[in-house]
Amino acid sequence: MNKDKITLCEDLADIMPPEYHELVETATYGKEGRGWKDIGSSKELIEQHSLCAGCPESIAFRYILASLPAPENTVFVGSTGCTSLVFPHVAVQNIHSLFGNQNAIASGLKRTLKRRFPDVEKDVVVLAGDGATVDIGLDMTMQSWFRQEKFTTICFDNELYANTGGQESGLMQKGFVAKMAPAGKNFDKVRLPEIAREAGCHYVAMLTVSKPNRVEKAIRNAIMVAREIGPTYIQLYTPCILEIGKQSMEGLDEMKDAESIGGRFVMKEYISDQAQELLDTIAAEEKAKKKAAKEKKTVSA
Amino acid sequence: MNKPVESPNRVIKSQHVKLGTKNKMDQTYTDINTMFYDAERTPSFMTGSEVIRQAIKVASVGTSVAYPITPQSEAAALIGELYSEGYLDEYFRGESEFAVMGQCAGAAFGGHRVFTTTAGPGTLRAMENFPMWAGSRLPIQVCVTMRGVNSPLSIQPDTLEASYLLETGMLMWHAETAQDLYDFILKGFIVAEQPDVHIPIATMCDGFFVTHTKDTVMLPPEDLCLTPYDPYKSPVPCMDMECPPIRMMRDPFIMKSNYISYSTHASWQQEVRAAVERSRKHTIPLLDGLIDVENIDREILLVSSGTAVSQGREAIRLLEEEGIKVGLVKIKTIRPFPHEEIREATKRAKHIFVPEFNMAGWLAREIKAVVPDNERVIAGPHVAGGMTMPSEVIVEEIKKYLGIKVASNR
Repeated sequence: MNKDKITLCEDLADIMPPEYHELVETATYGKEGRGWKDIGSSKELIEQHSLCAGCPESIAFRYILASLPAPENTVFVGSTGCTSLVFPHVAVQNIHSLFGNQNAIASGLKRTLKRRFPDVEKDVVVLAGDGATVDIGLDMTMQSWFRQEKFTTICFDNELYANTGGQESGLMQKGFVAKMAPAGKNFDKVRLPEIAREAGCHYVAMLTVSKPNRVEKAIRNAIMVAREIGPTYIQLYTPCILEIGKQSMEGLDEMKDAESIGGRFVMKEYISDQAQELLDTIAAEEKAKKKAAKEKKTVSA
Repeated sequence: MNKPVESPNRVIKSQHVKLGTKNKMDQTYTDINTMFYDAERTPSFMTGSEVIRQAIKVASVGTSVAYPITPQSEAAALIGELYSEGYLDEYFRGESEFAVMGQCAGAAFGGHRVFTTTAGPGTLRAMENFPMWAGSRLPIQVCVTMRGVNSPLSIQPDTLEASYLLETGMLMWHAETAQDLYDFILKGFIVAEQPDVHIPIATMCDGFFVTHTKDTVMLPPEDLCLTPYDPYKSPVPCMDMECPPIRMMRDPFIMKSNYISYSTHASWQQEVRAAVERSRKHTIPLLDGLIDVENIDREILLVSSGTAVSQGREAIRLLEEEGIKVGLVKIKTIRPFPHEEIREATKRAKHIFVPEFNMAGWLAREIKAVVPDNERVIAGPHVAGGMTMPSEVIVEEIKKYLGIKVASNR
């Protein structure tokens, strides 16, 4: 799809919701240099959300949407959880089916879209919480990596089951006292980034969403590598401020603390040689493009 | 009810743009009416598993996902061979039936015609997916080669798993023979994909009895094939970003405890069930009715589905030799359940016997729920766990019920 397809039928324009008018008039689809700085410029980049006030997941969602290289050709696959509260607000098609089967859905979807649209790159991006990715869905998460399925898996790691009220999850820290872990969790946080690397992901990043530049770069890297080479995985720390006893305005500080030296979320990246080569090529192309634009500007000036 | 349809166009004739053109395997996209009623059919002698392969060869399937479980493994592997020959776009082995049904859903969301096979414990492991398929309006076809459900471990034929599928919102057609299975697979795609139906279909057969025995099947030429699935005739958008995305709702209704949320879910479920009922008008002409009947003016009737019908036919012959006359009703579609047809066919019967290959007697319960004076319905005989049902067992059951002494020489 391209932006030309999003048009308004004049006869029905008056009954179309304002979100749709906005999408037609100001959507950033296809815009050169689209990125996190566009947040706030259009409803399409989640003007409002239905998560808790100050929830870092809402920030993550906005950064991800703004960072998609081709939103007009991207399909999201979600899972049950807090993330499923945001999907109704996003202006890309998205699938919610069951809890934990997101990577199975994405496998079938990506292969089909590749067959049906051999000449168009249709990106499939999985967005799911840590319960869906690591606990109930770990089998399907990993098997899709073993099979080298060409899509990106993004895990919103809030270290617990937030939507059901704060129960222990596999990505919770050891010792944390939560529902279903009344004496504290008694095993370590599952090291999914390392598992992802060993299971065949070509680009793996673990980070918080405190720095939009970093998130944007990681998302773009992951999607470009998934297009050309194979599976990619991103784990974003999006703390559940409600369940860890923080105030609405404290999410950012929590993420900054977690990523400072010695913290659980110091940024990590694993990049396969093949993926590094691709990313270097893309970077060189972008640099050359910028240089050419700069020269053109100088000449015309 | 159950009258042969005279119309040359059995179902709405396909208007597909590709009708008459050839695919990459040099097969001609052909209307289902032409394939079944105009094309010359030739006999082949093959197993049920091979019949599944033959049907899929001409079904223009996009994706099939496989997983080994007896007795469907051979069929699933044969579809893999078709893929390697170029008849399907995608085929791979999933990691469990739960995942396989998710992968099938992904492919269907993306716009492919999808076929898969499962059995017994696999059906139960996959179970959460089936209502999701129906609720998402995905016209996926799953061929269920029915076998026992654990524990104790059994790989033998048993139709218990069908009872678990009854309320999933899927169409359920039960094949008696290999010929039925072939016809049901191809006709099943056509009915399930009609825009006013557009829900998944389980084409069921009794494991081993149908899958692993050879039978003569009349097949249309292999150079004809069904027209491909058209995802843009779906009543819900295809998830390929080729039509504008919409903001589905202002607030996600799932989190709202109010009447709108209850009403949304309830009306959607009603709609899925209504879609099952709407499939009747396409199914009746294509299958020559939802039931087949023989001699229903008789006082004693055998009413059943699947291979129990075949055993019933032989029992009727044996009883006839002794002067006991029995009629037959063969139920082809379990969903939609042919309640009107069954009421009509059994209205003169005094005794309605329902032989079944399972312990639960789910078909007898279904029948009891729709016929008046349901003390007429005798749930049996039953066999389970892989036992065969010799015709003599049916004969004995009927005689015992009628108070005729049965020789106890066994």
